Parts: sequence; C-alpha cells; structure tokens
Amino acid sequence: MNTFVQAMLFQAGYNVALVTVGAILLGIAAGSAGTFLFLRKRALVSDAIAHATLPGIGVAFIIMIWLGGDGRSILGLLFGSAITALIGLFIIEWIPRRTRLPEDAAIGSVLGVFFGAGIVLLTVIQTMSSGRQAGLESFLLGSTAGMLFQDAIVIAIGGFFSILGIWIARRPLTIVSFDKDYAISVGYDVRQIDLLMMGLVLGVTVIGMKLVGLILIVAMLIIPAVTARFWSNRMDEVVVIAGFLGGLSGYIGAVLSASAPSLPTGPIIVMIAIVLFVLSLFLAPNSGVFSTFIERRKTKSNIHRRQGLLTIAKGENVVSSFTRKLLANEGLSRTDGLTDKGKKLVTKILIDENRWIAAKEVYPDKDMNINYGIKLIEETLTKDELLKVDQYIKSHKFKSITYD
Amino acid sequence: MINEFIQFSLTPILIGILAGISCAVPGNFLILKRQALIGDAISHVVLPGIVVAFIFTGVISTMPMLLGAAGAALVAVILIEIIKRLGKIEPGAAMGVVFTGMFALGVLILEQTDTSKVHLDVEHALMGNLESLIWLKAQGWQSLFDLDVLKTLPDELFRIIFVCGFILSLTVIFWRWLKIVTFDEEYARTIGIHSSIINFSLVIITAIAAVAAFESVGSIIVIAMFICPPAAARLMTNKLGIQVIWSIVFAILAAIFGYIIAGYGPLWFGSENSVSAAGMIAVVSGIILLLTCMYGPCRESVGQKKD
Repeated sequence: MNTFVQAMLFQAGYNVALVTVGAILLGIAAGSAGTFLFLRKRALVSDAIAHATLPGIGVAFIIMIWLGGDGRSILGLLFGSAITALIGLFIIEWIPRRTRLPEDAAIGSVLGVFFGAGIVLLTVIQTMSSGRQAGLESFLLGSTAGMLFQDAIVIAIGGFFSILGIWIARRPLTIVSFDKDYAISVGYDVRQIDLLMMGLVLGVTVIGMKLVGLILIVAMLIIPAVTARFWSNRMDEVVVIAGFLGGLSGYIGAVLSASAPSLPTGPIIVMIAIVLFVLSLFLAPNSGVFSTFIERRKTKSNIHRRQGLLTIAKGENVVSSFTRKLLANEGLSRTDGLTDKGKKLVTKILIDENRWIAAKEVYPDKDMNINYGIKLIEETLTKDELLKVDQYIKSHKFKSITYD
Repeated sequence: MINEFIQFSLTPILIGILAGISCAVPGNFLILKRQALIGDAISHVVLPGIVVAFIFTGVISTMPMLLGAAGAALVAVILIEIIKRLGKIEPGAAMGVVFTGMFALGVLILEQTDTSKVHLDVEHALMGNLESLIWLKAQGWQSLFDLDVLKTLPDELFRIIFVCGFILSLTVIFWRWLKIVTFDEEYARTIGIHSSIINFSLVIITAIAAVAAFESVGSIIVIAMFICPPAAARLMTNKLGIQVIWSIVFAILAAIFGYIIAGYGPLWFGSENSVSAAGMIAVVSGIILLLTCMYGPCRESVGQKKD
C-alpha cells in the first residue's frame, strides 16, 4: 500500500514517476486522437496500424545490428515501426480504392499479413542473436519492468508532442469527423485530413508500443473515445472527456502496476479503461442504460396516462389493464370515473391537445409528430410560436374539442 | 530425403492446409457480409478462454482448452452484440472494446497464475507450434498405409480433419440458404429463411474454425486465413461457388509455399535455422492477395475509377 501511495504522488523513484507521466500523456493523446477515429467509424484501422509496426521493429533491429550497433536503440526501432505502419496504412487506403474489396477486408488482411511478417522476422532475430536477448517481444505486450530511462523520456516527449499536434489540428479534424460533406463544401481536403488523423494515430501507436504493447494500444485509442460518447453529444467536449479518461486510465494503471510488479502495465491500463467504460455504459446521465430505461418507462406512462384520461373524459372504456392500473395508482381515476385530481389533469391535457391540433394547422410544414401525445407542447414550440397557436385557437377558424 | 519430408514436413503442411481451408471457407461469407473483422476479434479472445480453462482445470489438455476458447468466442460475440445495442455503438468500435478488453484480462490472469511449469504463454498463442507437429514413426510413403504407424500421427491432425470436414459439409448442406442470406437478407426473409439463425451459425462456425486452427497454427495465421484467401478469390470471379473454390485453392497454395519457404528458404541463404512457418504462411497469403489486387480478372467493381 505504501508503494501505491508513493507511486500515486510520483515519489516511488525517478523511473516510476517518468513512466507514470508518460502513461498519463500517452493516455490523453490516445484518448483524444481516438475520438476522431471513432467518429469517422474507422476505429479498427488503428488495430491494423498497430500490428503493422511489428515487421518494422524487426527490420530496424536487423539493420542496426548490421551497421554494428546494439539494435535496441528505441528511436531506431520506433522509426522502423513507423515506416511499416505507414506502408500498412497506405495499403489499407489503396485496396478499397483500387479494387472492389471493402475496407474491413483491407484492414484484416494488412493486420494478419504484416503481423505474420513480423513474427517471421522475430524468429530470424532469435537465431541471429543467439544467446543475446533482443527483448523485442516486449513490444507485443509492453513492459515497464526493463524500461530504460531513455525509453521513458521518449514516451513522455512523444506523448506531449502528440497532444500538441491534436491541439493544433483540432479544428479541421473536428469538422471532418462531424460532417464530411460540410467539410468538403467549405474547402477542406478530406483525404488529406484523414491522412493527418491517421498520422496522429500512428504517432500515438508507435510511442505507446513500448508501454502498453502493440496488441493493446488499440484499446487506448478506442475505449476512452467510446466511453466519452456516453457523457456528451458535443464534439469538442467528447474529445476533452476522452483525453481525460485516457489520462486517468494511464495514471491509475501505471500507479497500480508500479506498486504490484506482477501486474503488467499495458493490460492493467486497459482494464481500468474497461471499468470506466462499463460504469459509463450503465450510469451515464443521458445515454446510459439505466437512464434510457427510466426515460422509456416515463414516456410509456406519459402516453398511457394521457390517452387513458382522454378516453375516460370521452365517456369510453379504457381497455388496457396497464393504463387502468396506472391511473388508479396515481389517484387519477376510480371505478366510477375520474377523481378531482384526474379531472384537473384532463382539463390541462385538453388544452394541450387542442394546441397540438391547432399547431399542426398553423405550422403545416413543421414536423411535430415525434412529440405529439408524449410531451407537452410547451416543450416543442417556442414562446412566440405558442402565442400564435393560442391566437389561432381564439379566432373562430378553429373548433376546439371539448368533453363534458 | 523423402523419409525426412514425411517425418517432419508432411503433417505440418497437411495441418496448415486444413486449418487454412477451415478458415477460408467461412471467410468468404464474412467478407461478403462486411463482417471480415469478426474473425480478428475472435482470434484475440482465444487467449483469455484458454487461460480461464487452465485455471479451472489446472492442466494443459486439449479438450478443456478448446472448450474454453470456444466459450470465450461465444462470450465475445454476445458482448459485442449487447454493447452495440445497449450503447448504440457502431460495430467496429464495439468489437474493438470487447476483444482488447478480453485480451487484456487474459494477459492479466495469466500473469497472476503460476504457469511457469507449463508451456502456456502469449507468444505461443500467437505463433502456434506448427513445426513441432511431427510424425517420427513414419518410414517412407508406405507408412501411409500402415495402421499402427498412422495411429502415431499427432492428434491435432485428426481434430483439424474433423473440423474441416464439418465446416465443408455444413457449407454444402446449407449452401442455398447461405447464398441467399449473404446477398439479400430481405429476400431471404420473404421466402421464410431466418437470416438471424444463419448469421449466428456463421459466427459459431467462424469461432470453431478459429479455435481449431489456433491450436496448431496460432492466432496470426487464423486472421490472415479468414481474410486473405477469400478476398483474393473475390477478385477472381463473380460466382460465389467458384469464389469458394478459389479461396480453398489459395489457402492450399499459401500453406504449402509458406511452410516450404519457412522451412527450407533460410537453408538456401546459408542459415541453419528455419523461421516461423505460421508467419510465413500468412505472408504468402498476403502476396497472393496483392497479386490478385493487381491482376485479378474481377478486381474492379462496376464503374470504379481507374487510376
């Protein structure tokens, strides 16, 4: 527990603190970059990009050995991985454009083939450096245990620059993800901006590989973005929330993993992100499962209450047992008719009903059927519009419905 | 020379071919239905399934592992569906959330349990152990007719023969339905075919293929084989039946050439050690796809811009 608190306060050693800062920055960068990816419905392209980094790592290692180096220089490896990821990205773009194969087939084939090539290269390296541990396997699942000081620095600086890049490019990215056609009409080159987005995703992937591993970096791009979507409908807010959730996952994950060495950093960060996702899925105030459920029941009751009261007021029988129970439970009706409370409500509903009918005649072009019979008209029309409707009802052109 | 080939290469090549066919055949329908990545998702969740099976049974044996993997695949598919509906999230993102989450959970559990005594690790799950499936008792071609020696073939071979046969016969039996549901779900509904049952069965078949192939050849090959051979076949013809046959041909070619290049290729370059056969089979399938993308007779859709 002691190490946990120390790690939380960045006091558990210089390297742990650096890794934690790196994880936070990476989480923020991945979360916000992933939002654009998610909203452009291209979440899984990042999976292919991530897998396509593996052959690059292998080639870079082999070349560095050839040149007489150590082969483990992180900058060299990251450079190599970026090159093959870029080639993979190009092929994903090229296949659906040149052939009739859809994008998902392109994503899947690049993912499988590049990863296969990477595995081939890893076996080559195993035989090449016989006896010497290349340690490239750590890129598959990430590891902070054997992380060097320079690795942590690269992650922290890379994360910082990714965030900076997203900040600078936020406007075109937002417009293109939100409304592609509008973006074209105001003169943006969508293909170029998509490439820019992919470039940012690629950057995040390459930087995050050492920390969370190339198989799980996708999770850091997708999960916070999907989670953030539950909390807001506004694009700019979603980006910020996703960045925050990503950073939070990175922070908690890195701290937990520092205090319990058997918890590998990458998977634990992803699990934190998953926990945040599940909580949001159920508990988010507007689009969470619970609030949607409650909202639906409310709407159902509203409809039944309104129609039931109108039916009784007309002097007809209510057929639905649900409606009868609802009215009785709310003290609106008894077996012999409406209660005083029920009568009051009927008067109110009748006014509203008349307003709806009148409103349809006043504004024939306005589509109001979505809320008719469910919400009060005050919630649909503006004050001025309502005033006009009321004037119309008072004029002699309109015949109001009345019941005795 | 022949003897050595039969002992060390015949069974891996056969298993590679059969695993490739088992994945490629359902892959045809997945690609046409734009669900190509479900194979990707399923092959990622095989690892947690196996880990959980190991924790429950405490031993590494085939049946529990296969059941665990199949169970995980089923859980993943159901979770994807639930998240898609409950959260109103697009399928790709729902898939991404589910399979990365389950994979991370699998790695975490694996790190927490003491698996040091047994051979269970992530790399093994990814790469498979195609090269180790050898047939030492074989003595030349006549061994193929010797029952006692045939019994010593690796169990993996019998399992993949069974699964491949199962998948092929299902495809033949339900051919008409599969075809109609794949191309026109609306029409299928009007003539009384329950497309949701066919779709769900397709996912189950995909899971079975992924799990069976995974056991011997690892996850990478599974992803590549689900997509590359059928995608390449799609560029060769406009007829579904012929496309399926092409995909089988491509899977066989990839398995044979991939294995041979991996096993003997390095020798030609003067190296003594072979490279990963599973990885090389994936690479060859990618090269086949690349060739069909450039020269396949039906590579363009009607009216596609040439540039």
